Amino acid sequence: MSQTDFKQKYPQIWKRFTPAETLVRYIWYGGIVFIAVWSVSNLDIPWFYFLDAHVQAADLITRMIPPYWPFFLDIIQPLVETLHIATLGTVFTIFLAFPVAILSARNTTFNKTTWFIGRFILVTSRSVNTVVWGLLFVAIFGPGPVAGIFSVAARSIGFVGKLIAEAIEEIDVGAVEAIEATGASKLQILLIGVLPQVMPIILGTIIYRWDINIRESTVLGFVGAGGIGIVLYSSINLFAWHEVSVILVSIFGVVILSEYLSIKARARIT
Amino acid sequence: MFIIKGLSKTYPGGVTALEEINLEILEPQVVMVIGSSGAGKSTLIRCINRLIEPTTGSVQLNEVEITTLGKTGLRKARRRMGMIFQEYNLVDRLTVMENVLSGRLGYVSFLQAYRRKYGPEDISAAYELLDRVGLTENCNSRADALSGGQRQRVGIARALMQRPDLLLVDEPTASLDPKTSRQIMRLIVELASERGTPALINIHDVALARSFADRIIGLARGRVAFDGTAAEVSDQVLTEIYGEEDWSATIKNDGSDSSGDENLLSKIEKESSAG
Repeated sequence: MSQTDFKQKYPQIWKRFTPAETLVRYIWYGGIVFIAVWSVSNLDIPWFYFLDAHVQAADLITRMIPPYWPFFLDIIQPLVETLHIATLGTVFTIFLAFPVAILSARNTTFNKTTWFIGRFILVTSRSVNTVVWGLLFVAIFGPGPVAGIFSVAARSIGFVGKLIAEAIEEIDVGAVEAIEATGASKLQILLIGVLPQVMPIILGTIIYRWDINIRESTVLGFVGAGGIGIVLYSSINLFAWHEVSVILVSIFGVVILSEYLSIKARARIT
Repeated sequence: MFIIKGLSKTYPGGVTALEEINLEILEPQVVMVIGSSGAGKSTLIRCINRLIEPTTGSVQLNEVEITTLGKTGLRKARRRMGMIFQEYNLVDRLTVMENVLSGRLGYVSFLQAYRRKYGPEDISAAYELLDRVGLTENCNSRADALSGGQRQRVGIARALMQRPDLLLVDEPTASLDPKTSRQIMRLIVELASERGTPALINIHDVALARSFADRIIGLARGRVAFDGTAAEVSDQVLTEIYGEEDWSATIKNDGSDSSGDENLLSKIEKESSAG
């Protein structure tokens, strides 16, 4: 077959999208631009503050520097308290998230009602921010670390439970079928057939959540739920910027450390 | 004593997988079920231990009617039936020993299962089976560290840990190479006959089925199309089960000078039985 035959037989133009598809894409682009413009115009932003924003930022930094380092001795205790709140809240989560995940996964839940209950717990837990949980638990338990622990746990159950539930829905059903075929009970099937398969996800998620919880519990003190946040809040209110910088640097150090530990620990999970 | 009467399964959506299956296994024998994909082999085995619920019919094992059992009764009945799977279906992240001992789950409490606390007779039975299937060394390896053939040996040991009255075996060699397939099949057949346990084995490799079966059952479109000995499997029988094809190489008698797959297979068999 000669070159010219090819030219006649096969088309030389190929387009990824039809004209209609291209039009739809441009409509999407236009829509996104419209939403952005509409949002900004609707927000009534005081633009004149932007004029000297860089001056204000520079001023704040000069007031923070040098940090008043002796203040660090005063915040060791609240820092440790913050770590305890995050860690205890995460420990609670370990025990609560797996049962909720069992209820929320379609392949392990008992019936429609239990599935709905599980999903309801997950959605409730996730739709409320840790600080808002803090407000609620301070009202229940009074100010202090107990409220902090409960709010950390309340928020983490949804996060950890959802990820475990998704992992449960993707396990190898063959192994579960085999355990079922031995005459094992429902609970034994969960223990021997399901749990080992999702163990890496459970451990990885819990460690990751512990890392997040340390960051989140630094602000729990703003609403009175214990930890370093209480000190940070009062230092800001007193305009004690030399102290604020000490607190921020300390939080930064703790967060870096927890992230390092979290990465190390998760790398060891096989 | 194992008796199936009028067993049918129609899936939601109207696909009929099994139609009026009648089958009796009255003595310890190895029964191979052959048939093309979709003939209902897997459904048949799973309707026996009710991993799939049969639509109608009766399944009796040692005078116990299985199809009407409640939850607890079904669990008790399942303890009497060991199952071996095509994809081995081990719990990958558990050790070989944990997988083998899981065959006793029907006899221990939740707490015992959690603490991996099995009775001394169970432990020694597990060691004996691991020795028998040649995996004593791997007892504490994780299941996902083993090769396909080794994993199926663990699957066999787990099923036999139940000391079953019936072995249900679903395509045990379909994921294995020809040599390992023959070794695994030989192991299943030997263990079944040593222990006097009848075995119902699904298999699509007709040559393999013929060389190990006491009895062969052919399924076609959810019905029993053949029930007889390996020698009775003829050209005509295979056409009935699978449809029109040149079957001469598949049913040719072994030992003669020949060419092609059959020759290669019999050579492999001689090597593996020697080694």
